[in-house]
Formats: sequence, C-alpha cells, structure tokens
Amino acid sequence: MNDTAVVTKADLVLTKAKLRKERWRKYKQYRALLIMMIPAMLYYLVFHYLPMYGVLLAFKDFKILQGIWNSPWVGFDIFEKIFHDEYFFTVLKNTMIISLYKLLFGFPVPIIFALLLSEVMNARYKKLIQTVTYLPHFISWVVLAGIFFTLFSLEGPVNTIVKLFGGDPVLYLADPRYFRTILVITSIFQGFGWGSIIYFAAISNIDPQLYEAAIIDGAGRFKRMFYISIPMLVPIIAIMLILSMSGILDAGFDQIFNMYNVQVYNVADIIDTYVYRKGIVEMNYSYATAVGLFKSVVALILIFAVNRIVKMIGGKDHALW
Amino acid sequence: MINVKKSASDKLIDAIIYFILAIIMLLTLYPFWTQVVISLDGGGTDSAAYSSGIVLFPSQLTFGSYKLALQFDELWTGYGYTVLRTVLGVILSIVFTAMTAYPLSKKDLPMNKAFTSIILFTMLFAGGTIPSYLLIKELHLMNTVWALVVPGMIGAINVLIMRNFFRSIPEELEESARVDGAGYMRIFTQVVLPLSKPVLATVALWVGVGHWNAWFDSLIYITDPDKQVLQVVLRKIIIQNNTSDITLLIQNLGKNTSFSGRQLQATVVMFSILPMLIVYPFIQKYFVKGVMIGAIKG
Repeated sequence: MNDTAVVTKADLVLTKAKLRKERWRKYKQYRALLIMMIPAMLYYLVFHYLPMYGVLLAFKDFKILQGIWNSPWVGFDIFEKIFHDEYFFTVLKNTMIISLYKLLFGFPVPIIFALLLSEVMNARYKKLIQTVTYLPHFISWVVLAGIFFTLFSLEGPVNTIVKLFGGDPVLYLADPRYFRTILVITSIFQGFGWGSIIYFAAISNIDPQLYEAAIIDGAGRFKRMFYISIPMLVPIIAIMLILSMSGILDAGFDQIFNMYNVQVYNVADIIDTYVYRKGIVEMNYSYATAVGLFKSVVALILIFAVNRIVKMIGGKDHALW
Repeated sequence: MINVKKSASDKLIDAIIYFILAIIMLLTLYPFWTQVVISLDGGGTDSAAYSSGIVLFPSQLTFGSYKLALQFDELWTGYGYTVLRTVLGVILSIVFTAMTAYPLSKKDLPMNKAFTSIILFTMLFAGGTIPSYLLIKELHLMNTVWALVVPGMIGAINVLIMRNFFRSIPEELEESARVDGAGYMRIFTQVVLPLSKPVLATVALWVGVGHWNAWFDSLIYITDPDKQVLQVVLRKIIIQNNTSDITLLIQNLGKNTSFSGRQLQATVVMFSILPMLIVYPFIQKYFVKGVMIGAIKG
C-alpha cells in the first residue's frame, strides 16, 4: 500500500482531537498521583517560592507595618550602600579566604585517607576505622565547638604540647593570627572521614584484574597506587572539586557562628554570620536581604558556570543537568 | 585477587599504613574522650577539668556532675523539644517526601518535567535567611514546633533519591497489582512502600540526625526561652559560657560542690551526644548505604 501521506486539514483536526483525548485519558489515569502531588507543590510554593518573592526587600525601604509589598521602592540604593561599606568587603574577603583555605587543605585529605584505607585488607580493622572517622560528621557544631574550646584552652592539651616544646601558651580561639588555621583544622577533623566514602566506593569499584595484571608485571604497592588507583579516581576527583567550587561563598556558617567571638570578627566574620547579625539581631532587614541576595546570585552564577565546566571536562553524564 | 606472597617490604608498608590509620583513629576519638574524662573526674581541684593538660583517665571516678546536670530542668525541656521535633520531623518528612517522589517516578506522569523543575530549582536559589524568617513570622509560626519541622519538610535531594529508588522497583510488580484491580494509592502503600524500606530508613536517619543536631532555626524562630531545643540550651551553657545558669543551679540545689564550669560543660556535652554514641555504631552502615543510593544518578 502506498500512502505517502497527503495530510488533509480534516486529518490534522482529527489528530489534534486524538491528542487531546489521549492527554485527557492520561490525566484521568494518573489522577490519584496528581492529587498526591498537591501537598508538595503547595509546600514548595509557600516555603520556597514565597521567600524568593521576599528578596524584593533588597530593593525596598522595608517598613514592618507596611509589609513587603507596600514599602517604598528604592531601586539599587541598598546595594550602593553595601558596595560603599568597607566592612562588607572585609566579610566578603573572609568568606573567600576561609573557603579557599578549606578547599586547598581539606580537599586532598579524604582522597589520601581513602587510598590508605583501601590498602587495609583486614575487614574488621577497616570497619573500625570507618566507624570512628565518620563519627564527627554526626555531631553538631555546637557540641564540637565546646569540645574544641577545651582542647585549645590555655591549660588544654594543645597548649600543654606547645609548652612541652618550649612555646608560650596561646589563646588560639581568640587570636586573629590563628583563628582561621583552627577553622580549617577542625573542619577537616569533622569532615574527612565522611568525605572519603565516595572515593572509597570509587576505589572498590576498580576492576581487580587491573591490579592483578600489574602485580604480574611486577608493579609494587606504590606503582599500583600511582598508575591505577589515582588515575581511576581522577574523574571523580575532578567532579568533586568543581562541585565544591560552587559553594565557595559557603565558608561554614554552623562552624564559625559557634566558634567565633568579637576578638576575631575581623578575620572570621563571613557573609552568613554578617547577615544574621545585621538582619536578625539588628533587624536591618533590607540590608541583610540585599547582602544575602548578593551571595545567592553569585552562587547561582557559579553553579551554572560549574555545570558548563563539568560538561566540558566530564561529559554530559556528570553534569548536574 | 590472586594470592601473591607478601614480600618483607610489603609487610613493612602494611605495618606503616596500619600504624598511621591507628593514629588517625586515636586523634579522632581523643577530643571526645577528653569530655568523658573531664565529666567523670572527681579529683576536685586536681581533676582533669582544672589541671587539664593531656588527660587520659579520670583520677577519681565520680558521677556527681551527671547527678547535678540531671537536675537541670532546662536540659530536660530541651531534650523534650528535641525529641518532639525529631519524631514529628521524621514522620512528616518521610510521608510527604515519599508522596512526592512516587508520582515523579512515573516517567509518563503529565507535567512530570514541570514538577521536577519546580522542586530542583529550590536547590539552586533560595530567598535567604531574612525572607524566610519574615515568612515564618507572618504565618504566625513563631514559637511553635511547626516552624522547626515544616520549612525543611520535603528536601529536594531526598525526593530525587526516593524517586530513583522507586524507579528501580520492577514495573511488573505494579502491573500485576493493577491487573488485580489495585489503584495507584493501594499500589503505593501496599506494594511500593514495603519494598522501599532501605531508602525510607536511610532518608529517615538523615532527616532524624539533622533534627537532632539542628539549632539555628530554634535560635531564631523560638523566642520563648522555655521552648528551646537541646542544642540551643547547650549553646547557652557551652558557647555563650553562661555558667551563671549553672552557678545558680548549684546554689538552688544548696550544695557545696567542687564541680567547675568546665566539668559541667563536659557533662552536658556527654548528655547530648550519648544517645548518638550509643545508636551510631548500629545505624552507621545504613548511612553509608544511603550515600551510595544517593550517588546513583538518574
């Protein structure tokens, strides 16, 4: 049969009607599931999208009694104020520095740890180490901060060791020279074990035949690590590295808020802690919203940029969308 | 792996690695251990809390500071609110996350893409602290447990994880149920959910630990000092070093105690993490499994 279709108008109308019918049938078929989606959509609308509308505050002179909508527009005045605020740049700088330090020193630790751990053949010992090192991840920063206060106090273990080597005791957590170092060390302490899981999984997914072949070729432990394990990890390392770039303005609110004090504000105050003090404490809602919006927009741009880079490097499979 | 006889140098490297890892393990445990020692040390002014340094064991075992801390009402109300928010939070999260993820697991669902985008976009952009704070205020949720439980109820990542898990359930199971005349609701509650225990448990654990450790929302949304969760009470005692509360407590109890502020701080730290330390080894493997489930991209 030869029906090189001569599509008539009547046919088109018919298919359109068919499509509509088809769609209607689907709606009916999935009615129960669509109803199930209603609470979630309401939830997202109220608790996620309404606050997005709230960022209008950044462009308004907020008067509590008038509400967000009725407060007068001020355009970019508040942003202008922010960009003339010297302290804002201190805060921005602190955020970037702390975050970059954490990345630079904290990023390799879980990888090295996972490589070491994968060399352990004794299953029970391995399990024990994993259990112990994951633990700090599950303890709140309130508690961890309390513990570190003890460790770094004048009579604490750290200063005891310092004194043992002839140094003078230092109140580390109140000293601007040391505060960031402590932040980095303690954040590594909290996260390295948990962070190693993904690398550890990647290593145990490597085909054992590769190692077997290498052993037959006479490769020692280090050669196997350098020529098999590490190269096989490179893709996931790249992805993790790039992903963490998008969080560069998240220097760790929970940690810093619980560990800092007035003496170290100049080196420790970050965007998120500043927003809290300006907004919640001083009730300077518009200003704090504008600072927060600045952060969100930068983060959003970074995420899009990162996604592009991931696509270029790792291919579509690894991209976020 | 094939069995190769280990050479002497291999054994040496093994020994070194085992040793390094043992050190790392001890370093991870030691900070927690200091709290245990300080809280239990009954040596008075000779105790670890005073002399500090590198403490390994209590010089004299006492549970006195625990007895004292247990009479601290604020800790108990804090505990109560933490338990309440954790239980409520986990139940609501699991119910609503599963209800959201199940429809989305049907690729054929009308508007599936739109729903997914609406949910995923919230991962990219948020209104921020202040607009969320004002929203809670305007909804009159301040000083209620709902302010702690509802805003984070359906996490986008959890939806994704559950959706992917639901998709991995063989289609035939659902189809046979449908042939038997079951509707989606029935299939969901009687076929899909019972098969999804691993993912439900994982997400429940994650959400639960999140609630157990949360403090910031309670700090800003709960202004009534009698309704704060445990972590905020701890903050007051540990971080803001509000030991005047403790001193007051000691006075109220009318006791002459030799417990220092630091010892009581260590004690309340133990008080809060003890439940975690006890259950943690048993639930740890589920967390790890969860990370693996979450790592599956779909």
